[in-house]
Parts: sequence; C-alpha cells; structure tokens
Amino acid sequence: MKNILLILVSGAVTLLVAFTLLLPTGTPTPPLTELRERMRVKPTSGVDHSLFPSLQREFEDPREVTASCIACHNHRHTEVMQSNHWNWEREEYLEGRGVTYIGKKNAMNNYCIGAMGNEQSCAKCHIGLGMTAEGFSFTDPKNIDCLVCHDNTESYAKASEKAGAPDPTLDFGYIARNVGRPQRSNCGVCHFYGGGGNNVKHGDLEEALFYPLRDVDVHMGVDGADLSCIDCHTTENHNIAGKLYSLSSMNRNRISCEDCHGETPHEKGILNNHTLKVACQTCHIPVYAKVNPTKTHWDWSTVGALNDGVPIEEEDADGNISYMSSKGSFEWGKQLIPEYVWFNGTASHYLLGDVYDESATSISLNILRGSYSDEDSKIIPVKIHRAVQPADSVHRMLIMPKLYAEQEGEGALWLDFDWVRASEAGMRHAELPFSGHVRFVNTEMYWPINHMVSPKEETVQCAECHTRENGRLAALTDFYMPGRDYSIVVDTGGSVLLLLTLLGITVHGSLRIVAWRRNRKRGDE
Amino acid sequence: MKMNNVYVYRAFERFWHWSQALLIIFLAVTGFEVHGAISFFGFEEAVAYHSTAAWALIILIVFAAFWHLTTGEWRQYIPTLTHIRSYLNYYVFGIFRNAPHPTKKTVLSKLNPLQKLVYFALKTIVLPAMLISGLLYSLYRYPQRHGIEALNVESLHSIAIVHTIGAFLLIAFLVAHLYLITTGESLFSNLKAMLTGYEEVPDPSEAEHTATIAALDKEDA
Repeated sequence: MKNILLILVSGAVTLLVAFTLLLPTGTPTPPLTELRERMRVKPTSGVDHSLFPSLQREFEDPREVTASCIACHNHRHTEVMQSNHWNWEREEYLEGRGVTYIGKKNAMNNYCIGAMGNEQSCAKCHIGLGMTAEGFSFTDPKNIDCLVCHDNTESYAKASEKAGAPDPTLDFGYIARNVGRPQRSNCGVCHFYGGGGNNVKHGDLEEALFYPLRDVDVHMGVDGADLSCIDCHTTENHNIAGKLYSLSSMNRNRISCEDCHGETPHEKGILNNHTLKVACQTCHIPVYAKVNPTKTHWDWSTVGALNDGVPIEEEDADGNISYMSSKGSFEWGKQLIPEYVWFNGTASHYLLGDVYDESATSISLNILRGSYSDEDSKIIPVKIHRAVQPADSVHRMLIMPKLYAEQEGEGALWLDFDWVRASEAGMRHAELPFSGHVRFVNTEMYWPINHMVSPKEETVQCAECHTRENGRLAALTDFYMPGRDYSIVVDTGGSVLLLLTLLGITVHGSLRIVAWRRNRKRGDE
Repeated sequence: MKMNNVYVYRAFERFWHWSQALLIIFLAVTGFEVHGAISFFGFEEAVAYHSTAAWALIILIVFAAFWHLTTGEWRQYIPTLTHIRSYLNYYVFGIFRNAPHPTKKTVLSKLNPLQKLVYFALKTIVLPAMLISGLLYSLYRYPQRHGIEALNVESLHSIAIVHTIGAFLLIAFLVAHLYLITTGESLFSNLKAMLTGYEEVPDPSEAEHTATIAALDKEDA
C-alpha cells in the first residue's frame, strides 16, 4: 500500500512540474521576421518615363498630359472611370434601403456638410479636372487627372477653388517625365487634409505621416517598416483596396491587419482568443492624433458674428482656430484616446433628403452596425466627430447649404452669412424642399481609427479594459467582461456570508474563551 | 482518560490536503483579482497564475479521486443523519462545558457527522460546480473560429456568476474550517495530525466505545 502511495505522490509531483514547465514553451516562429523580410524589398519601376520620346515636349495643360498617358496606357482610363475616386459614388446595398448609389455626391458629413453645390471648391480633391457645380463630364477621359496620383516629383498641386485644376504655372512636362507609383505624398495631399486642413477629419491620417518615426506609426515609420500607403492599400486595375465608412456601407474590398499578420499573431493564446471579438486596432492604437490636433466638435450655429461688418477668426490656447465667422466654433484634440464601438463591417448612412427622427438626441450620419451577439462584429476604435448643424425644422431634413460662391450676393453662407438664403440656394440646387425655417441639431460621425499603430511596447494593457471603473470599454455594456462586470447580488451576498462566518466564529470563539476561564477557575477551587 | 497515538492521515492524504489548501487560497487571491475585487499581482499575471493553478488543482483532484476510490476512503464522506443532533448540541452547548466529543475519531471514521455532511456537499456540489464553470470560463470562445467548434456558449455571464458564488462559498468554508480545527481534543491536535499524520485520540477500547455509541443512539432517538 505504501508503495502505491509513493508512486502516486511522485507521479503527481512529476506531472505538476512537467505541466508548469511545458506551459510557456512552444513558441512559434515569429511571423514578423518573415513579414519584415518580405516588405524590405521595395518595388522599382520597369520603365523610365523620362526617356519616352512622346514626353520630350512642353505641355500647356494637364489634359494634354492625360492624352499622352492614354496614348500608351490605352486601357487604363476605363479602369479609372469605373473607380469611386472618379465617380464620387459607388453602388452599395444598405439594409432597409436596398441598392443605393452613395458617395460624396449625396452623403452628408458634419464638417463642411457636403460637396453638392460646392464642387468648384471641393474638386480640389477630385481626381478630375474642370469639375464645377454646373456640369462635369464623367465620360470624357481627358478630364482624368493622372498626375495628382502619379507625380513623383512632389511638385504637382491642385489650386484652391479652381474646380480641380492645378496651378497653371507648373512645369507639366517635367512632371510628366517623372511619373511612377503613387507615393505617400500623392495620397496624403488629399487624404491628410480632408475637411479643409491637416488632420481635420480622420485624426489618424495627417501630414506627420509623410515622414513619421515608428513610435507615431510603426508601419510607415522611416526608422521602421517604412511602408507606403499602397503597400497595404493594394491596387489592381485602379481599384484601390480599403475604404472609409463615412461613405461606404458594405463589407467588401476591405483591407485588414490580418491580411499580413494572420488571425492569431500573438505568442500568448489568451491574446489570440481576443481576436475573435476585438479588432487589432483596439489594442494597438492606444492614442490617435499623436502629433497634430484633429477637430472633435464643430458648431455651425454660431456662424455670422462680425466685427464692424468684418468677418473674424479666433484661436484657442494651442493656436488652433476656434472660431470663424463663416464656419462657426471648433474644438480640437491631440493625443486622444479613441472611443469604442462594435462593428461588423456594414454601415448605414444619413443621405441627403432623408427625414431624421426628431426624438433622437443626436443624429448619426454614418451608423456603424454591430453588437456583441453578432458573430461578425468586433470592437474597433473610432473617432466620433460631434457637430451642431442646420436642419429644416418643418421637413425634418438636414440642410445642404450653399457655402461657396465667387462673389457676395449669390447666397453663399461663407460670404453673406445668411442661413435662410444659403439654405434656400443649397436645397434648391439639391432639388429638395425648404420650408424657410432653420434650426440646429446635434449630429455624430464615426471615423474608424486604423492608422498610427504603435510599437508593441505601447500596446493597451489588460487592465485598461479589465477594470471596474473608467475602463476603455466602459461604454460597451452588452456583454460580460471579467474584471469589469459582476453581479451586485452575488458580490453583496458573498460578502455578507463571509462577514457572518467571521462573526460566528468570533462569537463562538469568545464564548469558548470565557467558558474555558470559568471551567479553569472551578477546577482551581 | 487513556490516550493512544494513532496514525490517522496517511502521507498522500496529507500531501493532497495541503497542496489543495495552498492551491485554493492561491486561486482565491488570483480569482478575486480577475474578478476586479482586489489588486495584487496585476490583471494579466493574475489570469495566467489562476489558469495554471487551476490546471494543477484539476490534476491533483484526479489523483485524489483515484486514491479515494482505490483505498475505499471515499466511504468516509457518505453522509449520515445519526448523531447530527448530538453534534449540534456539542458545538452549541457541550464545547463550553468541556464535554467530550460525541464520537471518537478513528482511522475508520475520521469525520464527524457534521463534517461528513459539509464535505459531502462540497465534493458533490460546490467543487464540481467550480470545476465545470471554471473549465467553461477557460474554454469559453464566442463566436467559434479557428477550428474551436466544441463549445458555443453565447455569454460568459452565467458561467462567471456560478464561479463567483462557488468562490464565496469556498472562502466561507475555509474561514470556518480554520476555526473549527481548533475544536479538537486540544487547540492544535487537529493541525498536528494533519501535519504529522499522528493524533492523540482517546483509547477506543471496545467496551467504552460501544457504551458511547449506545448512549448517543439513545440521545438521538
């Protein structure tokens, strides 16, 4: 019998030791090494455009350059003209709305509200030339602006409020002889300045990403992986992968971290388990707007304060514009902690002409769909831009005001500061009714945060979410999270049980001591 | 009264008892840290330690179960209703009058009737509930991806609630247990027995023992 016991005990000890030793081992080959090797090879161009005879000339107009491009790349223009960069809309299926054509043409935002009627100004970010409110030919290939994306000299620039035309003094011949794969500067010149200034819209896309260090963006860091935009936003036939949910609705043509890193990239299994419900960005982008501030709040209702009839401009303590007579009041933020939402890859949108729900405290212009119980949903970080913007109080529609005009008196808000006239002009252009009554409503826009991934040392730590008070995920209450959630009944009941037990043994123990003393006394007598 | 030095707890039994005690205390500390109630190791470490200790306890339980089955010691835990009242009487009145324990501890019968009842409940209800809810907690994945198809529980909520209730019960047991071991023949005789295996127990001479049992039976009736 004793032998059996000995064997059992030693067996148990050996197993326990072996088990604890085995736990941390089994590290897989770090996939990062492989990725780094792959991304180290930078693509080079197969041709040198500066040697092509057809480009050895002067160009008066970027349209002539486009014609020269098409002369050789004689099918590419059809690809471009199918892209949403060109069309400013794409076909999407929205739940409850059916097949819809949605894009900058008909979507509303809560920055400058919308492009319609303001094309002259907004077309600075269109890949076309000559886009005015009155007319633009989407079918004329010569309107394609090849250079804005393919200029490798960093000298090409579109002029302000010129319907997409570049500065006419540029040396188009020189630029045409130096074209190639799009660089960060080509994408950044539009996407970093959305909303009319650096980092205004996104919060995670800004000019600091032209030459960032890896603590700002581990992928684009010039001292890190040094990737360019199109390394991730891979492009085939001018269809660029990845998209933004201020304008997109369907779960397609997306890019994700998992495309390169796989679905279970961590050494620790418990972290890999998180990937079922938590997007990579949630932990790996602890803060956004790391270098320069982003706009967090825009109040249109304060438009029109003038100083002796002259428009004014005010700055906050950090030097950000906090008030403009033409645009209203702004708030900015830097080094911001994202908010978090469930997201399954589909969104619905408020589109121009939709009737909003009067009972809502805030109107969502792009609702990111998802919930814990939806198995396609993950928690993602977002910037939420909040605004106060004009609406028609009778028709319950957000107003697309006419903002821009070349001169005063045409009803443009930015020149005349008259909400009713600007609304009337804007809604007439949109062919929508306007009652003449303007009120202001709260709106929200959700901007998923995908860039500015931090080095792993700065990753969000467990206890930043798994904590009872003020955790990062405190707002997501539709699931049980260890460390945060508990049942008040169970915890109170359990504590009472423990207190009663302690009380019981204290009373019983004290009585025993008393009895013991009394018994001893009796014994003495 | 004549005392005998009796070998009550065998080597494995003591190893099992103490390692289980340490593991349960460690699991309580790390568990309540994971629960967000205390902070000691740090959440990440607490989770890792809790899982490792849990697996160690499971292995220990497997060996202990095997030992109990093969040695027949499991019979010690079969609850009995006889002498329950005399034991309640003893703890509420007799203990203050220096009265003797209603039954004698022997190798054949180590547990008194109240112990049998409580340990039986622990082993058939609380520990299995902790084991099952703990395993579900640990293996919980929702939704099922990456080839883990075996388990599809939609919410951690009920699992966590059961596990927390069990934890409170176990701690309450531990506190009461620590106190009750001082109620042996002397303050430390129970502790000493669980450490060395030997305990001074009153001589269970046949006649005396039979008399005690008879008296108890009469009392119960």
